[in-house]
Amino acid sequence: MNRPPQPVLDADALARQIEPLRPTLLRLARLQLRNEAWAEDAVSETVLAALQGAAGFRGGAQVKTWIIGILKHKLLDQLRLHARETTVAADDDDGEALDGELYRRDGHFRELPEKWADPCSELQREQFFAVLEACMERLPGRQGRVFLMREWLEIDSAAICQELAIAPTNLWILLHRARLRLRECLQLNWFVAASR
Amino acid sequence: MKIPNSCRDISGLLLAREDRTLSLGERLAVRAHILTCRACRRFEKQTLILRDALRQWRQSRQQDQG
Ligand SMILES: [Zn+2]
Repeated sequence: MNRPPQPVLDADALARQIEPLRPTLLRLARLQLRNEAWAEDAVSETVLAALQGAAGFRGGAQVKTWIIGILKHKLLDQLRLHARETTVAADDDDGEALDGELYRRDGHFRELPEKWADPCSELQREQFFAVLEACMERLPGRQGRVFLMREWLEIDSAAICQELAIAPTNLWILLHRARLRLRECLQLNWFVAASR
Repeated sequence: MKIPNSCRDISGLLLAREDRTLSLGERLAVRAHILTCRACRRFEKQTLILRDALRQWRQSRQQDQG
């Protein structure tokens, strides 16, 4: 006698698997969108799309990978939807000050950059990732959004410019500041602490 | 165009490299400067560590454990 084919996960079972992931989805959505209401919309749409697509899902261990993939699409939808609001917002950052802390007027570094130890060793990975997320959260809104589009959604610079209708030089300035800030924040909150 | 040669210019290019392809001239300027500048060598190392850390973070956030 043939055994019946592996049952496809039904929507109820899938919903039970998705529920515990909701806080993670929301955290990542907030990090990308920097707006509570948009983040909640993105997560609701993600869960809905997942449940509607339940029949197409094979089940097994990769629920999270699958649903994060859906979330990333929904995050991009939200960014498109609100592109105008996010790009006209006033520049909330003083790049000059950042520059002055790092470099002397002649363009040399004020201090020799420190030697960083690998932050992703088994023992401390999760702690490091928590600090990394906190530092990304602390980036000013526009910088944070484009930085996460690059590093979390993995969209290339030209495509980001198209999505947000901004000029490449504007994007590069935002990303440059974001990267400098992130480096500074990790230096202070991770690498200094780790070297003690 | 002025040839980039201060640590500010060079570290700026090292950051830009994460988001765009540098021109040949820019790549040469970076290489030449880094040969003699310990600070920018350190800075480059940091950018590579951060690049790798972000990759690992991304992975961990989309896998089932984590
Ligand atoms: Zn230098």
